[in-house]
Amino acid sequence: MNNSGITTQKVNFKVFRFNADDDYLPYYEDYNMDVTSEEVVLDILNRIKWDHDGSFSYRRSCRHGICGACAIKVNGRSTLACKESMTTMIETFGTDLVIEPLSIKRAVKDMIIDKGDFWEKHDNIHPFLISDVDENPEHEHIVTPDEAEELLDADLCIQCGACHYACPVVEINDSFMGPAAFAKAYRFEADVRDQAHNERLKELHSPEQGIWDCVKCFECAEACPKDVNPIDKITKLHQMLFKEGVATSNVATRHAVGFKHSIAKHGVLDEGGLVLYSEGPAIVKHIPVALKMFRKGKIVPPWSIPKSNNLDEIQKLIKSSSTVSF
Amino acid sequence: MSKLKYALFTGCTAKQSTPEQLMSTYAVAKKLDIELVELTEASCCGASHLQDYDDFLSLVLNARNIAYAEKHGLTMVTICNTCQLNTAMTKHRLDNNKELKDKVNVKLKEVGLEYKGTSNIIHFLYAIIDDIGLDKISEMVKTPLSQFNIAPFYGCHNIRPSELQNESHKKAENPYNPTSLDDLIIACGGKNVDYEEKNKCCGFHVELQAPKTASILTGNAIAGAMDGNADWMVTPCPLCHLKLDTQTKHAGEAIGREVELPVLHMQQMVGLALGCDAKELGLQHHLVNVDFI
Repeated sequence: MNNSGITTQKVNFKVFRFNADDDYLPYYEDYNMDVTSEEVVLDILNRIKWDHDGSFSYRRSCRHGICGACAIKVNGRSTLACKESMTTMIETFGTDLVIEPLSIKRAVKDMIIDKGDFWEKHDNIHPFLISDVDENPEHEHIVTPDEAEELLDADLCIQCGACHYACPVVEINDSFMGPAAFAKAYRFEADVRDQAHNERLKELHSPEQGIWDCVKCFECAEACPKDVNPIDKITKLHQMLFKEGVATSNVATRHAVGFKHSIAKHGVLDEGGLVLYSEGPAIVKHIPVALKMFRKGKIVPPWSIPKSNNLDEIQKLIKSSSTVSF
Repeated sequence: MSKLKYALFTGCTAKQSTPEQLMSTYAVAKKLDIELVELTEASCCGASHLQDYDDFLSLVLNARNIAYAEKHGLTMVTICNTCQLNTAMTKHRLDNNKELKDKVNVKLKEVGLEYKGTSNIIHFLYAIIDDIGLDKISEMVKTPLSQFNIAPFYGCHNIRPSELQNESHKKAENPYNPTSLDDLIIACGGKNVDYEEKNKCCGFHVELQAPKTASILTGNAIAGAMDGNADWMVTPCPLCHLKLDTQTKHAGEAIGREVELPVLHMQQMVGLALGCDAKELGLQHHLVNVDFI
């Protein structure tokens, strides 16, 4: 350490390289560098380009964590290169760091990816305020601080794509809207000035949007550099669908509601009963696995489902604390 | 040191589709001289689905479960990642929002209960690491698992959201490179397998509404462990276990290759190392054959 308190460490970077025009397959290039505690990840990208290979490509613009252009992955963790300190990266992952684009399968050149799917999904949820605005208003449209709080920081999204490409469902299901689009939908759904409310909700509820296909892995919450917490917004949208009466009966909505019925009856969950309630006649497709499970003592028959002690308390609380009906 | 004593929130699967998990929890607790007081009054936690429908009801029911642990004056131990998430999330929200806590307590008062916020909530995996210690477990090993390559499968709801999860236990877990289960495998004398899917999602929560997605995720996880030359997988979550052990056929079809590996619960692995017998650990309840163990 020198007098300024700035420390230097040797770091081995393994950097994803690919040029869709020339390369058949991507490869990784090693760069060993002295990294100071003052640097952010973007400084490293700059130094690779300026000191080692001028063809190295990445997006950068504002350098203030606002434009969202420089999101990449370090050791699998989505990060805004301009905001992420190298000290944190070394503390988290050590001195062997792998630098990759947000989505390898969408790589165009090195860190640059084709974000077309992200923007298309973003546009699909009508990401703007839909409101009949009086062209000659006599006073401001007041939004109280409490009403503004309802957005729950969803308006902080900078569309960097970190959560979208961290989502395992986006990775395997091209039609899934993804956490960023859903968080953006919530941002307008929660805005008291927005008048598209139920119309947008109805679109979100349609099966192809996949709002019920979220696997609840919390990768998006972990990845977001702005703490938007997209999965929390997806949960809020689920609740809105029920509250506004937009939710229709499907396997996912019955699954959520089925928990309440099962808890009211047994306190604990009746696993088989829940599958039956959710699937209806389609439960037959589960029979082969269920038989195997039964033979291994993994299925409790309906008449032997355990019950919680003091079940009357649970039933009383369900009566007094329920806030939605379906 | 006084005897360790926890309030055990079993969750629902341990009493239905994964009976071996409850059996092995008790077997390991006995070996480690831990007293478990089962919260027989507890209800289902809602499994991260009830709150999609009725958030307040979910909060009240989870607060009631915690209130029973508080009545015993004990730390609540969970044995399911999703129970851990829902219960710890409830605690976090109530402890940081007095208005919400008061609202919930108005309801709990109707049944003579109160949520105070005095009990910690911790998954059994972290409880034994924090309170017994890996060194002690290692010393107690009678049958080292040295001939096995073991692939840890962490399960989302023990490692994410990391800010919440790391409130309950001592050593912070890095969700991008978790180590607790790896450390436990090593303490049991086994060799830990490093593979990309160890901290990924198994797809359990969309098995009914998006079966293809769920099956691909399960298939990827097993395939990753197989490609890492694992002899078996180990998980602290019964829901992950259900996916990995009972859905191999669908998982294989979804990713276009046969996938199958024995999957043990974390408690079964520790139990084997500590010298419990196979029957006591419920190994007979597995779909994928584990006889070779």
